[in-house]
Amino acid sequence: MTTTEVPTSAEGNPIGFGRMHRKEDARFLRGQGTYVDDVTLPGMLHGAILRSPFAHARIVNIDTSAAEAHPRVRAVITGETLEGLGLAWMPTLSQDTQSVLATDKVRFQGAEVAFVVADDRYAARDALELIDVDYEPLDAVVDAKKALDPDAPVIRDDLEGREDNKIYDWEAGDAEHCAEVFDQADVVVTQEMLYPRVHPAPMETCGSVASMDPVSGKLTIWTTTQAPHAHRTLYALVAGLPEHKIQVISPDIGGGFGNKVGIYPGYVCSIVGSIVTGKPVKWMEDRAENLMSTSFARDYHMTGSIAATKDGTIQGLKVDVLADHGAFNGVAQPTKFPAGFFHIFTGSYDYDAAHCNVRAVYTNKAPGGVAYACSFRVTEAVYLVERMVDCLADELGMDPAELRMKNLLRPEQFPYTTPTGWEYDSGDYPRALKEAMRLAGYDELRAEQAERRRAFEAGETNQLMGIGLSFFTEGVGAGPRKHMDILGLGMADGCELRIHPTGKAVIRLSVQSQGQGHETTFAQIVAQELGIPPEDIDVVHGDTDNTPFGLGTYGSRSTPVSGAAAAVVSRRVKDKSRIIAAAALECSPDDLEWEHGRWFVKGDPDNGKTIQEIAFASHGNLELPEGVEGHLDATAVYDPPELTYPFGAYICVTDVDAGTGEVKVRRFIAVDDCGPRINPMIVEGQIHGGLADGVGMALMEVIAFDPEGNNLGGSFMDYLLPTSMECPSWETGETVTPSPHHPLGVKGVGESATVGSPAAVVNAVLDALQIRSADMPLTPAVVWRAMQGSPLRNDLAIE
Amino acid sequence: MQVTMTVNGDEVTRDVEPRMLLVHFIRDELGLTGTHWGCDTSNCGTCTLWVDGEAVKSCTVLAAMAGGRDVHTVEGVAQNGELDAVQQGFLEEHGLQCGFCTPGMIMTAKWLLERDPDPDEGTIREAISGNLCRCTGYENIVRAVRWAAEHPAGADEEVSA
Ligand code: FES
Ligand code: FES
Repeated sequence: MTTTEVPTSAEGNPIGFGRMHRKEDARFLRGQGTYVDDVTLPGMLHGAILRSPFAHARIVNIDTSAAEAHPRVRAVITGETLEGLGLAWMPTLSQDTQSVLATDKVRFQGAEVAFVVADDRYAARDALELIDVDYEPLDAVVDAKKALDPDAPVIRDDLEGREDNKIYDWEAGDAEHCAEVFDQADVVVTQEMLYPRVHPAPMETCGSVASMDPVSGKLTIWTTTQAPHAHRTLYALVAGLPEHKIQVISPDIGGGFGNKVGIYPGYVCSIVGSIVTGKPVKWMEDRAENLMSTSFARDYHMTGSIAATKDGTIQGLKVDVLADHGAFNGVAQPTKFPAGFFHIFTGSYDYDAAHCNVRAVYTNKAPGGVAYACSFRVTEAVYLVERMVDCLADELGMDPAELRMKNLLRPEQFPYTTPTGWEYDSGDYPRALKEAMRLAGYDELRAEQAERRRAFEAGETNQLMGIGLSFFTEGVGAGPRKHMDILGLGMADGCELRIHPTGKAVIRLSVQSQGQGHETTFAQIVAQELGIPPEDIDVVHGDTDNTPFGLGTYGSRSTPVSGAAAAVVSRRVKDKSRIIAAAALECSPDDLEWEHGRWFVKGDPDNGKTIQEIAFASHGNLELPEGVEGHLDATAVYDPPELTYPFGAYICVTDVDAGTGEVKVRRFIAVDDCGPRINPMIVEGQIHGGLADGVGMALMEVIAFDPEGNNLGGSFMDYLLPTSMECPSWETGETVTPSPHHPLGVKGVGESATVGSPAAVVNAVLDALQIRSADMPLTPAVVWRAMQGSPLRNDLAIE
Repeated sequence: MQVTMTVNGDEVTRDVEPRMLLVHFIRDELGLTGTHWGCDTSNCGTCTLWVDGEAVKSCTVLAAMAGGRDVHTVEGVAQNGELDAVQQGFLEEHGLQCGFCTPGMIMTAKWLLERDPDPDEGTIREAISGNLCRCTGYENIVRAVRWAAEHPAGADEEVSA
């Protein structure tokens, strides 16, 4: 599996794993991609959504007459219209319901109230202004900590018998054992922390073009979805449309990061708009709508306690979480795990006492919860444990690298079952941490820091320096059917491979790229297995009529699940090619040996057939053994036996201006182990992007609310994404520990850096300031207040 | 109102509402969908194109304001199907993932290189700081622009090198 053994194609590409240019770039570089908003159909109309200005209000009356009278308006749809069709509410991915267009109340600012269909996008927006909604404002639940107060207004009075705002209580681990260990520990450190509400904010917002053919009854919907097949099934269930009459096309997607997993009211409205008008209807949200109404992420208020001996052996970790889910439980995750994979919070360390309790509440905020490259809440878990380890290091006066090294799981402990039941597949953690420290020049950095602190204390400088570490273990590739489903749909992925007579190939995937480069990576997997040059392999995805069923791309699952399916299907083709080659060479399949896309007779290397020759023969009149069909193709459905567990060691170096609270990330060193890298260039790009996310969340990004529930992060002027100026030049390294149960040994990488990096940045800033805790985002104001000893609640309006 | 401008060398005339934004004119009226739209507030830069040789955020300009001017979009960058140096740099250095920010980045990078053919990393970072990318973390975009600076003849040069 090393890149050095890989032969090269006529076009200079590796026939297998290795760096190669991306196939999809040819169209993107020329401006020839096809994103949803680029889809234009004959007679297409445009939709726009009227949204609630209030966080919580009763709808008294909606007057649409003026909008309907607008000369360019074709239809105005309200909750009442949808109620007639049984579509006013839709199921969420967490067995809850969500209003498509509000009928009784609005429950968050930006909630969908009415949908206008007009001749063009300007007219649709104009008409929104003509709709008159009479609201009766209600008290809003904004502070999650007050959601369960006895006098808190009940948000979900639409649910039978509902008298409070609690969604669930959920726990994992052994509370009793934990209590014993904590009672006897030398040292216990407790720390409260907030992982604030953030937003994936892909550069392309969400949207859809729905076209219902009134004659055939077939609905075609081009839409921004990371999971086209799951969406199709859901539309069938929600709208009662027959599934074979729905085609979901997910063309090029301008970034997803979990934002494009769920079904949003706008998609449903565009479908209804098309049914009502008999024309195709396009709906594209604007940026404010994207930030205010579509899937947010995190919003976890966590209190962790860590127990250890006084020489720094970690003995236990427990955590209480208050999870703010917004007005509807719209979290996307496997059914069995209401808090996602949060109970992987024990992290990368060796101890046996662990317990977590997660309590989720409704608030008057947008729904969502699992998004932004979080690997089903591993992000929150890693942040918690990596902050707690730093708090312990601070308490013990120990170097955080030394404390980590002392407690990391050792290679011989794998496969390792964690105290909360995860089975880590493989790892060499100390090696990754050592490599990161070597790349960083850790000891020199500490010496420089000490000198800087001396100068600061002597009044010679205002610039402090901090070094932050983070070590993460992720569980990705959800997931085994026996444990995991979303709304009853098992998380296996299909794959189809067809070799054409001339030896060119087409592979059809159930997963959907949003920038990950599937058209290249999956061609490389087939190339690796069959020796067909990657440029001869077409990768088809994002169209439910032309691809096999599967649950889509999120949770870093494409390569762990679908990549495995691609390997399996290739191996099936290879097995069949052996039989055909044996028939052609008039020998037994057992007499054949494989090398670089060719079967040859053992001991007679010149006597063989290439995969291309075999493909042609399989379509010709060669006599095949009894029971062997012609042609060269195969299908597979891959059900992962277990998750895969990528890991990594990150080190961040920050400069902090003690006078202004301004933080500059000077260096970021990331050592990732995701198993073998299919295309190292793409893998490194995934890591870079995740590191930028980490810097963004740690320093800039938050969606906060004022006391009335007004969203304070509804534009890119308020919700700050990192630019080229905030990001340093990333320094990456790698170790390679293959997964023992994945056919290619690969572990997935899409979310690793987003998961692992925020703690490193925060640890670095706090290390500079010698402060134990402050919550993200560490804006100058937050840092300044933390330095004064009066920390801010970053989720609420800054007073 | 009638608006006439030159787009990628061709003169075009359309009858549009006075309030129509240039980005919508380019995308919806001319079907040049390589120029993207990504925010309400002139922050993202996915809509960047050239007006009279200046890189401009086309969501911030009315189509009418571009009347009589010379507009260039990403569709006009490749010549005879061949990528230019900046596009080739993005390909070589993996300067794009989802591709949504890419046309705007390319137009900004080209504008920079016209003025400063050999920019250092800091200059590049500053030049693209008005263009957001959610995928790449910018590092490979910086490398892509450096690649273009080092290979002004684009791929041809790479082949001969
Ligand atoms: S669309 Fe965002 S700057 Fe123009
Ligand atoms: S490549 Fe996706 S936003 Fe830049």
